[in-house]
Amino acid sequence: MNIHEFQAKEVFRRAGIPVPPGEVAETPEEAQRIAEKLGGRVVVKAQVHSGGRGKAGGVKLAANPAEARAHAEAILGMEIKGLEVRQVLITPAEEIATEAYVGCLVDRAAQSVTFMVSSEGGVDIEEVAHTNPDAIKKLTIDPRYGLLPHEAYWLAASLYDDPALVKQAAKIIGQLFTAFQMAGASMAEINPLISTPSGEVKAIDAKMSVDDNELFRKPDIAAFRDLSAEPPSETKARNADLSYVKLDGNVGCCVNGAGLAMATMDLVKYYGGEPANFLDIGGSSNPDKVVSALEIITSDPNVKVILFNIFGGITRCDDVANGIVEATKRIDIKVPLVIRLTGTNEKEGVGILEGAGMSAATSMDEVVERAVALANQA
Amino acid sequence: MAIFVDESTRLVVQGITGRDGSFHTRQMMEYGTQVVAGVTPGKGGQSFEGPGGKKVPIFNTVEDAVTEAGANTTAIYVPPAFASGAVLEAAGAGIRFIVCITEGVPVQDMTRALKYVKDRGARLLGPNCPGIISPGKAKVGILPAQIVTPGPVGVISRSGTLTYEAVIQLTNAGIGQTTCVGIGGDPLIGTNFIDALSAFKDDPDTKAIVMIGEIGGTDEQEAAAWVKANLDIPVVGFIAGQTAPPGRRMGHAGAIISGSAGTAEEKMKAFKDNGIAVAARPLDIAELIKDALR
Repeated sequence: MNIHEFQAKEVFRRAGIPVPPGEVAETPEEAQRIAEKLGGRVVVKAQVHSGGRGKAGGVKLAANPAEARAHAEAILGMEIKGLEVRQVLITPAEEIATEAYVGCLVDRAAQSVTFMVSSEGGVDIEEVAHTNPDAIKKLTIDPRYGLLPHEAYWLAASLYDDPALVKQAAKIIGQLFTAFQMAGASMAEINPLISTPSGEVKAIDAKMSVDDNELFRKPDIAAFRDLSAEPPSETKARNADLSYVKLDGNVGCCVNGAGLAMATMDLVKYYGGEPANFLDIGGSSNPDKVVSALEIITSDPNVKVILFNIFGGITRCDDVANGIVEATKRIDIKVPLVIRLTGTNEKEGVGILEGAGMSAATSMDEVVERAVALANQA
Repeated sequence: MAIFVDESTRLVVQGITGRDGSFHTRQMMEYGTQVVAGVTPGKGGQSFEGPGGKKVPIFNTVEDAVTEAGANTTAIYVPPAFASGAVLEAAGAGIRFIVCITEGVPVQDMTRALKYVKDRGARLLGPNCPGIISPGKAKVGILPAQIVTPGPVGVISRSGTLTYEAVIQLTNAGIGQTTCVGIGGDPLIGTNFIDALSAFKDDPDTKAIVMIGEIGGTDEQEAAAWVKANLDIPVVGFIAGQTAPPGRRMGHAGAIISGSAGTAEEKMKAFKDNGIAVAARPLDIAELIKDALR
């Protein structure tokens, strides 16, 4: 789960990282009031779950509260990488002497947490990584010990010559790891970490992705979920314990297992169709989940056919069949269903469907081809 | 032969009295896996009744299961909050092969567990994996046994049900398997493609390998280079997620560390560049393996 900059900054503050004050506005009037309260020049920053906000015009400097209001008016409602901006953060403009980059993430290859820092922070950090990899210092922690004080100091020492700045940065790097652990993050990043002309080091931006598997034990972080940042169908799916991503095609897909769900979408494309969604009903097969899945798929007006691809393992075919039959009673499904059921309790499942006047195939290619043909006719 | 599990596997099931643990213990016993112990803290001294009234002793700790029942392998079916603890306990008790089925394990928990397992010289499969089956010998996990048959092909996959799809294509084409390994889909896993490939390399009965990957990370790319440098037997690959929409990325850390998004195209190209035949769809896997074995 991604969280907004202002939320990540809140986590940073709890960990002790120096972060400038700021408040979130949902209207231009609110933005103006906050700017008046803060006084002086402010920055108006779009709060969306995406990088590249500055380049998209979602970050603007305002000389006074009236200008803050005007910028907020322009930024609120704009789209950044397909996401509508509903909130802006108003924060004081800082005097910047240098910009550094500090980040850490769960590193698959190293099987631990890796820190990356660079004295060449700012919007072009990926370009730096590409053209001048030596400008980025990396350090993988030993999970037995966590980030050790001297390691934080080494990282910090690669950022500045001034010992006073190094000392502050080392402390912040340690606090970033604290924030990372506190939030159950998979990625936490400060870009830029600035030094001011008066010699202070602080984080003027914050990005954080949280491991979904941590949310059950971190209610304060789970409360950061921004329901307005995702389509209602995805919220409904999550509440039903389904994994759903809406796409632009017309073949609705309902599959068990993420890998098979992706392979099913790929096969729809292979046969000349376009998937309307990714939907994984997960490992267990409570019939109610199947009903929820069908409600979500049929709520997409583009869907011309619904394709079930179920390979029973932990999931039992009879449970899925019961869910399908139940759903056809509860919802008025106006498009054809094409069903593949195989694996655990296949016979029972097929029997249930046939009892309700439906049929099922055993081959994946057969049903996908048929579903695509139906969608293209409709 | 086979890799990781066979007739010598003496299995303890952690979480044997739970809903999934008890169901799958019966299935594993029916397949012929030697289930020698179960562990549920607080239920030590009781026993679990398997198929045909066969009794499996339950212990409070994995250590007891090792010393009293001679367990050398474990299957973990405990809730996510306790899964990394169960892995640590198994490695601490001297279990050599640890299979963690549990889905939803916090990834930060795994960093410490992986290090500990490695330091103890044990091997972890998973978490969030369907387990492993050596047809005709032993099954540890949740893979449906009816889809496999003994034969010369090793199967390695990051996915669960997609593995079943690939395996049934092989079985339907009359091609059997030495071992089918589900390595799991989490970012941090104990056994990656290269670990499983090198185990198959040492298995003289494995004459060809099927590798099923998906988008995300760079494991497949590294494995492809390893195959070219180290393997003499043919490998057929499949990558799921060609049509998956690119995720909106937060921050730069991921790109700095791996330099790429781990797309399906990139992975299929790495396969092809390193002599791995790429199946366009699961159905084609069996055909390509047939050609390779000819």
